[in-house]
Amino acid sequence: MSPLALLGVLSSAVFSGTSLLYTTLGEIVGERSGIVNLGLEGVLLVSAASGFSVTSLTGNPYLGVLTAMIAGGLMNMILGYLVLSRKANQLASGLALMFFGFGLSAWIGRGFVGARIVGLPRLALPGSSRLPELYGSLLRFDLLIYLSVPVAVAIWWLLFRTRWGLGVRAVGESPDTAYASGRDPRLLRYQALWLGGMLAGAGAAHLSIAYAMNWTEYMTAGRGFIAIALAIFAKWHPLRAVVGALLFSAAVAFQLLLQSSGIQVSPFLLNTIPYVLTLVVLIAWGGRRRVAAPASLGRVYQGAE
Amino acid sequence: MRYGGMALLAFVLFGLILLISGTDPIRSYRDLFASTLGSAYGLSEVVVVMTPLLLTALAVALPARIGLINVGGEGQLYMGACLATWGALTFGALPAWLLLPIMVLLGMVGGAVWALIPGVLRARGIVNETISTLLLNSVAPMIVSFFVFGYWHSPMDTNKTAVFSPSARLPTLFGTRIDLGLILGLGLLAVFWLVMRSTRWGLEMRALGGNPQAARLNGIPARRYIVGVMCLAGAVAGLAGMAQVSGYYGVLLANFSRGTGFMGFLVSWLAGGSPIGIVVTSFVVAIILTGGNLLQLTVGVPYSVVNILLAMTLFVVLARPSFTRKRSVP
Repeated sequence: MSPLALLGVLSSAVFSGTSLLYTTLGEIVGERSGIVNLGLEGVLLVSAASGFSVTSLTGNPYLGVLTAMIAGGLMNMILGYLVLSRKANQLASGLALMFFGFGLSAWIGRGFVGARIVGLPRLALPGSSRLPELYGSLLRFDLLIYLSVPVAVAIWWLLFRTRWGLGVRAVGESPDTAYASGRDPRLLRYQALWLGGMLAGAGAAHLSIAYAMNWTEYMTAGRGFIAIALAIFAKWHPLRAVVGALLFSAAVAFQLLLQSSGIQVSPFLLNTIPYVLTLVVLIAWGGRRRVAAPASLGRVYQGAE
Repeated sequence: MRYGGMALLAFVLFGLILLISGTDPIRSYRDLFASTLGSAYGLSEVVVVMTPLLLTALAVALPARIGLINVGGEGQLYMGACLATWGALTFGALPAWLLLPIMVLLGMVGGAVWALIPGVLRARGIVNETISTLLLNSVAPMIVSFFVFGYWHSPMDTNKTAVFSPSARLPTLFGTRIDLGLILGLGLLAVFWLVMRSTRWGLEMRALGGNPQAARLNGIPARRYIVGVMCLAGAVAGLAGMAQVSGYYGVLLANFSRGTGFMGFLVSWLAGGSPIGIVVTSFVVAIILTGGNLLQLTVGVPYSVVNILLAMTLFVVLARPSFTRKRSVP
């Protein structure tokens, strides 16, 4: 394989993997605090639709990204209200949120099907101007892509090197203990959900504003569920999420390359890789406690009163 | 009082959305209820939508009795549809009295196999069934797409099979689009109720759900129950898939189900796992979903917008004060 083709695979993997990475980071933050958000697919759809429509109306993609992030945060606040303030079941609330997202995104996006927008501008990688023209054209990325890995590092730092992150992880393991040591589990979980929603919103914005540059109903096509799988695959660690997101999107990009060289691999079977691999990894862990999920994940916190 | 107020809130908020879309919400609501409950035809369409929900909800309620959370109805439904379709395409020449039982069996096997994996993994304490069923949900539609796009599509289309032969179609009832799946769903719910109430299996399952450790010490084979119950649940969801392709659609369409399995989870959860509750809740959900078609036709909003009303109703029920909650089993 020529270096140019390899670069093409990598470049397209980066483009399709970025939305996945942000979304996975968002789910990791939420799950570290003990909340599993099955409604992620709906959150993504609403963010993608609102970000796209604002971009289309204002002509400013950055405003669209911001809108998508806020929309993601707000969607997660609905989940927060249900599971934290009303103590509802997390799985059922998440699925209800997913259906809400199906409906709301269809409504927001109904006037924008087929609309054309100016996507996120692509900026050349510094130094790539010295490379031949073809290589240079493959090395032009948008701001969200450049920021993706720094954001992953920042989330790692936030979760593992700050007091706030310690609090979030403590709440995720045992809300009662965290409460006893003077932390407010509900507040921390609301904050984690807000941050997670913003990250998911950024992922959705990259999908609709930078990658696909259009809006169609159900355009996320299961990315929310891939992100949930990836969060497990990454063992709830932000830096491993980078590897995971890139790995899965490279597999899909690689398939395009194989196809162009005449080798047929069904895209549908390749699309099952994230789920099958995650299941295999889970089986390999074999339910050992050491690598298990945040201990309070999915449980209702009844409060300490 | 407060609960009723919040239910009203859901309708008012959705009314607001209709108003912004430029339609009269009160007239839309009147049309919605008149078109679904006001005529025999409308009512029959509601029952058509309700049918698969009965089965996918039962596929959640059954394992919930022994404390298992099956989020995998969607995937099990797809696998049931997949295998049943293979039967319809391979043995299409057989008469209906022979072919339909074969398809039912294949549908149930498809769903059961898809639930067997999480069941075994859970029984051996390797992977939690919530995670594994969720992961397998996303795999099943891809397998269906693989077969449909690759092998089974009709000469005219790429994303669906040819229309099944008449002998592969579930008979419809009363000259409506209601098919035999309804009888199967109601019948299985009745069997479920009977088994749980008055058999040894029901007793042992309730024991396992109530206090697994005590049940195990009393010699109840927990592992065998976990695997068996998961397979049964998968078989029921697979039957829903079979009924969808053989009764409702008459073809296998890639990505035909947009969350019927997930909706079954919500129905079962809202109904607290009770068979009567499942019938009532499915009916209410079906009214709203059927109303979506009407909104699309008369108001011109996309069909899926009706999910907003549905989800808001769900939010209200989920947010109800915890003292009115009977049990926390999904």
